[in-house]
Amino acid sequence: MSKTLYIDENVNDGIKKFLRCILENGKVKGVLTLINEGEKIAYSLISNPELIKYTVPLYPIMPLNAARSLSHITLSEPISEPIAVVIKPCEIRAFIELVKRSQGSVENIFFISFTCGGVYPIKMNVNGKINEKIDNFWRLIEKNEIDADLRASCKVCKEFIPYNTDMTIFLAGNKEINNQCRIFLNTDRAEDFAESTDGNIVQDKINTELIDELKVKRLEERKKLFEDKKIEKLGLEGLIDIFGRCISCHACGNACPICYCSLCYFDSQESEYKPVDYESELEKRGAIRVPPNTVTYQVGRLIHVGISCVGCGCCEDVCPSEIQLSTIFIKGSESIQEKFNYIPGKNPEELIPISTFDIKEFPEVET
Amino acid sequence: MNDSFKPKIIYFLCSWCGTGGSETASAFGLHYPENVLPFRVNCTGSLSTVYILRAFLEGADGVVISGCHPGDCHYNNGNFRARRRVAIIKSILDTLGLEPERIWFRYVAHGEGKRFVDTAAEFNDYIKKLGPNPLKTRRDI
Repeated sequence: MSKTLYIDENVNDGIKKFLRCILENGKVKGVLTLINEGEKIAYSLISNPELIKYTVPLYPIMPLNAARSLSHITLSEPISEPIAVVIKPCEIRAFIELVKRSQGSVENIFFISFTCGGVYPIKMNVNGKINEKIDNFWRLIEKNEIDADLRASCKVCKEFIPYNTDMTIFLAGNKEINNQCRIFLNTDRAEDFAESTDGNIVQDKINTELIDELKVKRLEERKKLFEDKKIEKLGLEGLIDIFGRCISCHACGNACPICYCSLCYFDSQESEYKPVDYESELEKRGAIRVPPNTVTYQVGRLIHVGISCVGCGCCEDVCPSEIQLSTIFIKGSESIQEKFNYIPGKNPEELIPISTFDIKEFPEVET
Repeated sequence: MNDSFKPKIIYFLCSWCGTGGSETASAFGLHYPENVLPFRVNCTGSLSTVYILRAFLEGADGVVISGCHPGDCHYNNGNFRARRRVAIIKSILDTLGLEPERIWFRYVAHGEGKRFVDTAAEFNDYIKKLGPNPLKTRRDI
């Protein structure tokens, strides 16, 4: 049993009403959420309660991973006034991973998230295409089904129930989203906020039947995706085939919430080939791609961020060559996360595996 | 085994124990295959995975990493961190169907000159059996 806030509206209006309330009664100074301006949807920090009516907090779109937005806000110092953020579960997890790397602070941030039904590729954000799609999305949420047009990474996501949130909105796995807004209150702060609004607070039990059903569906999709793409048997030929399309624009790294280094090794002069390097490579190979080393970049990035990859799929979304990056990254990161029994962003106290060690482990690595 | 194949092997040695092992080997006049190229790093814990990967892509047939034995690290725990990194890189290469067995990780102490040359020779034979790294002649990577 946990405390739950009931608001007698559909889920979208309910959360907007709640956000407006906490802004008006001064519980928070700002709200970070998506604003819909017709042709475009973007994350914005809002302080004027009048503007809440333009927000679309639960829209299935991720213009960028909000972990990056939060890191922008809190990189130099924690925010001094409390703000509420309505973001997706993977965005919170990515932000926790950034905080572990000293790239932000959770102080004074009130986290609101929801059981996530996935998001569409950002191409849906062009010319307001998402607005045509949205009714169908809500219908599929009610039916507890997975839309085939969602991001590949969302269709196979198994961590769609948020960790470390103050409030969890019951969205995916809820058939009643059109009639009720149910918000689980996970912390004392959330209870305090809820009491200041005019919804009903009751003791409620989360109905996990539909969530479990959705999880099974997604795990099936996951298995299917990995089998279809044959990730395990890719080998060198497969990798070169896939990454051969890479144009080295490094957009995936720039969109990735975990790739935070201000000077990436792959953007540095150190990784740049000098004429003498080209000459020596040409002697060996007879020909060379310019710029070279797309495979090094992709595999190198996977090794660097794999341990904290939350599988949000932003990398694949921004790729101009439409490389199926998220499938490769999800599969690759799964293998190391299982090795360390680590779910990125689940426990803020837990150290990142690469920043710690056990004295006795991995005897198989020593040869 | 192809006798004409001379693999190119990069041997990453930490400044303290690994390099010390090679010094001891030279003091005792021990020999290791000439195609094994020692590469000194301050500590195996400071060796970025990118360099291991880059060694492969630029034509190395194999990579060995030697640091201090557990408990001997000059920086207390660099070797344990290196072990985790090697575990990560091997796991990723394995998942992608590349060849994780081309990376070896073995502790060599300052006094273990014999262990250093033995590792070099053993790895050299192993890579000879495995054959050349397919990456090194690819022009489309």
